Amino acid sequence: MTDDARATPIRVLIAKPGLDGHDRGAKVLARGLRDEGFEVIYTGLRQTPEMIADAAEQEDVDVVGMSILSGAHMTLLPRVVALCRERGMDDLLIAAGGIIPDADVAKLKAAGIAEIFGPGTSIGQIARYFRDHARRRA
Amino acid sequence: MRGLLAGAIAGERRGLARLLTAIENDASGLRPLLPELFAAGRGAHLVGITGPPGSGKSTLVNALTAEWRRRGRRIGILAIDPSSPYSGGSIMGDRIRMMDHASDPDVFMRSMAARGELGGVAAATWLAAAALDAAGYDPILIETVGAGQSEVEIARLAETTVVVEVPEMGDEVQAIKAGLLEVADLVVVNKGDRPGADLAVRHLRAMLSSAGRRLRTPPPVLVTSATLGDGIASLADAIDQHRTTARAPEQARQRAYNQVRRALADLAGRHAASHRDFDEVVSAVAARELDPLTAAERLLGYKT
Repeated sequence: MTDDARATPIRVLIAKPGLDGHDRGAKVLARGLRDEGFEVIYTGLRQTPEMIADAAEQEDVDVVGMSILSGAHMTLLPRVVALCRERGMDDLLIAAGGIIPDADVAKLKAAGIAEIFGPGTSIGQIARYFRDHARRRA
Repeated sequence: MRGLLAGAIAGERRGLARLLTAIENDASGLRPLLPELFAAGRGAHLVGITGPPGSGKSTLVNALTAEWRRRGRRIGILAIDPSSPYSGGSIMGDRIRMMDHASDPDVFMRSMAARGELGGVAAATWLAAAALDAAGYDPILIETVGAGQSEVEIARLAETTVVVEVPEMGDEVQAIKAGLLEVADLVVVNKGDRPGADLAVRHLRAMLSSAGRRLRTPPPVLVTSATLGDGIASLADAIDQHRTTARAPEQARQRAYNQVRRALADLAGRHAASHRDFDEVVSAVAARELDPLTAAERLLGYKT
């Protein structure tokens, strides 16, 4: 990694797709990533996949991290991946966290979700994963 | 890089987004394109929205955007939030209040971290505004970091500076202090539905009409309630009207001077940093063997 790459913060969109009632986890993560040196864009509750893809496009983020607790992950998360890829965001790292049954993890990964962080994951683990896997900018 | 600029001018959102990233990161290969970027500018109205944290800047930007969209305008928004002085990280939450326009193809919003700049805007904000201008957005709203009393950099950048206050802004002494209020072209008392709004407006009008009158015409004071939508149409009108005032030759020259000065500072900093004795000279200042001014002169190649 060059000095330049290190000096350029990684931009992360933290998004809450669907109808979850609270966003404490997302806010804790946003705060933790800020302390790890990331530039975090947080868009608040009740986002549609279209809104998330639009925000990712305009903000030109390196990573989209979605937090979902409602059980609608099999519908919403693959839709976000599809919309982002449709718009040419091929090198965008898309990850998820929240309450996602083990049985769904493989299917989500097959649909393009790079990694799924369940309960008990530390912020340090997530930060390391993002640093290791986010695209490196030209 | 040239492709990004061409794409942005042609209205490709992804091209514009990536051009903005290159501008923020001062990417190599960007410099030769800047003359073209400015040449492609269409003369968009640059509007700064500043004021204390929590005064409702984002909500006001959201309401103004809705109003201008009804009038058929395409809106560009740059929302700046502070960077952590420790980690360099940032949390940018201005999109939360912009959800009404999240999927509107005629609204382009970009969050920018201040990245160490203390004036309320990022170093790259003026170039980012030029990119939005080249892409055909007009007006371009620049929402600053929540400002205290002296983050007045926005007034050097924007043609029209709107200072947002709230009814609980404090007593009259707060209103007569130097700083933020002095750079206002328009003053807005937001949350105008709250108690004390009338009093705040009276204090502000009294102060602005007596103080500094010799220097300039006092700015109008407007009342809005951004969440209810009250006063937004009048504010949009007032901003649009100010565009003409802001483009008087003297004002335009002052802004040009500020831009050149900004570019000079960047250039000097970059030139000095690439000097072969840079580390040595900085160390000499740290060791108190050299004063900072002489050090700067040496790095810029002055004979001392």
